[in-house]
Amino acid sequence: MSREVAVLGVGMHPWGKWGRNFVEYGVHAARAALKDAGIPWTDVQFISGAATMRCGYPGYVAGATFAQALGWQGAQVNTSYAACASGSQALAAARAQILAGGCDVALVVGADTTPKGFLAPMAGYRPEDPDWVRFHLGITNPTYFALYARRRMDLYGATLEDFTAVKVKNAAHGAANPNARYRKRFTREEVLESAMVADPLRLLHVCATSDGGAAVVLASLEYAQRRGLKTPRIAAISTVTPRFASTEVEMPDIATDSAVAAAGHSFRGAIAARAYEEAGLGPEDLSLAEVYDLASSMELDWYEYIGLCRPGEAEGLLRSGATRLGGRIPVNASGGLACFGEAVPAQALAQVCELVWQLRGEAGERQVQGARVGITANQGLFGHGSAVIVRK
Amino acid sequence: MSARQRVAAIEGWYTLDEPAHLLGSRCNSCGSYYFPRLSAGFCRNPACEGTSFETVPLSRTGRIWSYTNACYQPPPPFVSPTPFVPFAIAAVELAAERMIVLGQVVAGIDVGQLKVGMPMELVLESLYSEGDTDKLVWKWKPSGVRP
Repeated sequence: MSREVAVLGVGMHPWGKWGRNFVEYGVHAARAALKDAGIPWTDVQFISGAATMRCGYPGYVAGATFAQALGWQGAQVNTSYAACASGSQALAAARAQILAGGCDVALVVGADTTPKGFLAPMAGYRPEDPDWVRFHLGITNPTYFALYARRRMDLYGATLEDFTAVKVKNAAHGAANPNARYRKRFTREEVLESAMVADPLRLLHVCATSDGGAAVVLASLEYAQRRGLKTPRIAAISTVTPRFASTEVEMPDIATDSAVAAAGHSFRGAIAARAYEEAGLGPEDLSLAEVYDLASSMELDWYEYIGLCRPGEAEGLLRSGATRLGGRIPVNASGGLACFGEAVPAQALAQVCELVWQLRGEAGERQVQGARVGITANQGLFGHGSAVIVRK
Repeated sequence: MSARQRVAAIEGWYTLDEPAHLLGSRCNSCGSYYFPRLSAGFCRNPACEGTSFETVPLSRTGRIWSYTNACYQPPPPFVSPTPFVPFAIAAVELAAERMIVLGQVVAGIDVGQLKVGMPMELVLESLYSEGDTDKLVWKWKPSGVRP
């Protein structure tokens, strides 16, 4: 029995700092995805929205907000929130509805409008919220990115040049992506000369926050078959939580679990493993990967967490050129977060959009030749794993 | 002579005596530690049904898991001096508790003086001041170095 679903269409609103209402980006992306799928909105039976926490009540109920903006037509609705993993959860809800026989066609939408600068927590004196406490101590998101980066340097001999090479590679990939916010081919010198944010990371190593929207139209394989469509399929969606004792420092926590009474586990190492298991595939089957480069250095962590190489070998893989376009396993052919900046509820869906375009051979100048299988990997605050495998 | 008042920036997370300790919870059933202390009375170890905990001081020393600094002024609720002064941050692994605890590094130490594996100890230092009151917080200090 197949547990796969077909991706009929994908669409995006270009990333940027447009300053408009997030609903506009979501509807733009949704209409683009429906057009790509060749089906009218009125044929959609289930709409699944990825929520945003920064746009008031309409953001909390994103699924219904997008449904109303597209025109109420009686579809069933869902909204998912899982921080940066919200898009994958919205996708998982739609897939579950299809596989349970509750609908044939589902639309998944995520969009965001972001404020300037650091993402900050809600106001007030709230010491029971670890996110509040860490900001009170001056521990921002780049702090965590830099802790991982510095550990790679001291343990594995990673260098500032490696982190910079990731940024330069992704900037070159994204220069050809019409949906990317930053399409400049940054040079090594420009990256190294940008201001220090959190040692060793410079401003151009750390991703920005962006406005943007992404949408995916899913359908049952039977529906796709009836219409004679041969489309990429979702082979797996991992939404795993950590295992106690989770022993790596995780944003926004002040402390890890204690591994006194239980064995220690790496959360991020488990995210892709679950997706591979579900798809019956492994890292050796991949043609490409889209991973969460919140900082350029974290792309190297993901090489290891998705099994492209063993711990400590990511720098070697990068230096070999394997992860560049034209290499054995291109990573972030879209340009990644380096070129997009993060639009939280849309980002995991944007990763899926890229895989679909790549598998259809429609990625233009950034096309990975002969792409057959791709994986996305990301992680949402407070223990939300996210990995999606798309296959031809 | 007016003495400056010393109060905790975050109440109940650490002692204010010298030498200061972080206050954690230890499960009376499985021995797992928690920092900050558990607010709900249930152990988070999935193999443990423990519901009673002791408040315990955590180890004052550990080794650096990783480190960095803050070069840009963080947003509120961080309270910044004017002008903002960059500070180092360390994630320190406590051997007995087998857990990692983050914190600022004491003033005057920068990342160039830190290394993964370096022994560190816990001290109290001002997080920020309000009038004649110092709001104290735990910070990490390289062992044996006078702040």
